[in-house]
Amino acid sequence: MISLAGRDILHSWGKFVFTGMGLGLLIGITLSMAGIYRGMVDDAKVLLDNSGADLWVVQKDTLGPYAESSSIYDDIWRGIRGMPGVEEVANITYLTMQVFKGDHDVRAMVTGITPGEVGTPGWPLYLVAGRQITRSHYEAVADIATGFKLGDQIRIRRHHYTVTGLTRRMVSSNGDPMVFIPLKDAQEALFLKDNDAIWEQRRRSAGTPAFNRPGLPDLLDSFMASQSTNPFVNAVLVRVGAGHRPEEVAASIRRWKRLTVYTRAQMEEILVGKLIATSARQIFMFLVILSLVSSAIVAFIIYTLTLGKIREIAVLKLIGTKNRTIVGLIIQQSIALGMIGFVVGKISATLLMAPIFPKYVLLLPFDSVIGFFVVVVICILSSIIAIRAALSVDPAEAIGG
Amino acid sequence: MVNKGIRIEGLKKTYGSGDTAVEALKSVDMYVAPGEVVGLIGPSGSGKSTLLKCLGAVIEPTAGKMVLGDDVIYDDAWKVRDLRALRRDRIGFVFQAPYLIPFLDVTDNVALLPMLAGVRNGDARKRAMELFEALEVEHRAKAMPSQLSGGEQQRVAIARGLVNRPPVILADEPTAPLDSDRALAVIQILNDMAKKYETAIIVVTHDEKIIPTFKRIYHIRDGVTYEEEGEGRAIE
Repeated sequence: MISLAGRDILHSWGKFVFTGMGLGLLIGITLSMAGIYRGMVDDAKVLLDNSGADLWVVQKDTLGPYAESSSIYDDIWRGIRGMPGVEEVANITYLTMQVFKGDHDVRAMVTGITPGEVGTPGWPLYLVAGRQITRSHYEAVADIATGFKLGDQIRIRRHHYTVTGLTRRMVSSNGDPMVFIPLKDAQEALFLKDNDAIWEQRRRSAGTPAFNRPGLPDLLDSFMASQSTNPFVNAVLVRVGAGHRPEEVAASIRRWKRLTVYTRAQMEEILVGKLIATSARQIFMFLVILSLVSSAIVAFIIYTLTLGKIREIAVLKLIGTKNRTIVGLIIQQSIALGMIGFVVGKISATLLMAPIFPKYVLLLPFDSVIGFFVVVVICILSSIIAIRAALSVDPAEAIGG
Repeated sequence: MVNKGIRIEGLKKTYGSGDTAVEALKSVDMYVAPGEVVGLIGPSGSGKSTLLKCLGAVIEPTAGKMVLGDDVIYDDAWKVRDLRALRRDRIGFVFQAPYLIPFLDVTDNVALLPMLAGVRNGDARKRAMELFEALEVEHRAKAMPSQLSGGEQQRVAIARGLVNRPPVILADEPTAPLDSDRALAVIQILNDMAKKYETAIIVVTHDEKIIPTFKRIYHIRDGVTYEEEGEGRAIE
């Protein structure tokens, strides 16, 4: 039997190919949106993986340090280190801010890491170039996504840092590249005020009778000293020793230190379920809208193509063509259009959109398979209107009169 | 008793009902023998198209009888369950415009019908090629319809009407778009094919050029047919 759909497509291939390409770009955007969501989830997991921690100890009743601000004293780690099951602990600070290089700035998550060595929780696991931080101050390791190079002088708040090492795929849950600096520098960056603000703060403190008592001359100095130091970090990262369950160690820390502790699974739930949940919903809505637009376009194209063949369909029906042959003609064309669109969409998403998109786009083969079947289903559903139009054609139209 | 060709007795068709009823066909009696080409002539609104649609099993008559070959296909109701198969296998159509499928080549346009009837591809194409040779368009077998002249398109359309060897062909003004010579050539082809394949052909026409070529003519006026002997002029 002749493939009517195939012959029609070959006869007017230009129309199909160009329409398919237009549809393909739309499908490419849809696949990219799914890839962006996957990328966000992956970024979140990468952030957790790269921290090298089993537990996150944060300020009580907060979702810190990634989803909410968290502030705990920087000596709490000592008490945690001595608890059963704890192998390694490290203070950590996170601050998303603009990092300057000359006149340009890059949005980055500045991470303050405890002095130590590779393998200390919070440290970048591996470098693609250069070396880790070895000095106590003013050295930085940056992700290559920042665009920084080895030896670059970067500015964070008032201080300059030399880039000594470069990492890859070290990003925040928002996809911002990470810049690692020593913990003390980061604590200063977190709370350091400009000179005018410090002067104003001191003037107000000196003007407050409670702090500036004639009989206690050291009180004001002590108060001002306390204002100019920052004894806080955002979290303490904990690595659990072999043979201990993270949940048990977490429960112990919660009970004895009165702090909130999250396990890896809980932290992943916070990042994926809460931090990027709104973005995920937005992306889902975009996916739904794009799917509806794609459906409308396919439906319109197939309907228009079918209307252009009404006379031929009337002749086919008059000469005894079965309805299922005519339905097959329309559905096959619709699916063919969808397949052209899918191939173009997959190629454009992989080669054109993902590489230039500012966020990480993770295109999973599974998503492509799902996308393929969704496209096929959309094409079949979209051809319903055209099928109705074709089946309602009266074969008498071929005779006229 | 005639048992070949197509025979119509007292065929009626009424559109609507009650006060708005319109009797398009009041009483149609016709007989066309195998191998015969008859003309069906009438003014606009006389019921020609309605009659053609009834004969083509596209619309259902209100009453009457239609016999195709040995089979009663209508006797106050359809006697055939699958009208689509009836149209495909036993009635050939030739239209005013050829209405070839534009995305199929000439061979596939013709071979499609036997294929729809379940004939194997090779056999269907062989049948088409035989007709192309008879109609002298075999050299255009691989062409697309848009590459054919009007006369060639009409010959291919005739081949499509004949390819399933139907006992009857309904031709709706098949010469309307053609000049005199080509119109007469098409009628000559229909006559030759009717004889060769023992097919009864009914040609609905207004065309003054071809009316003298029919040996028998049915006039239809206000839904009633009248038989008349034609000139049967030879085509040179």
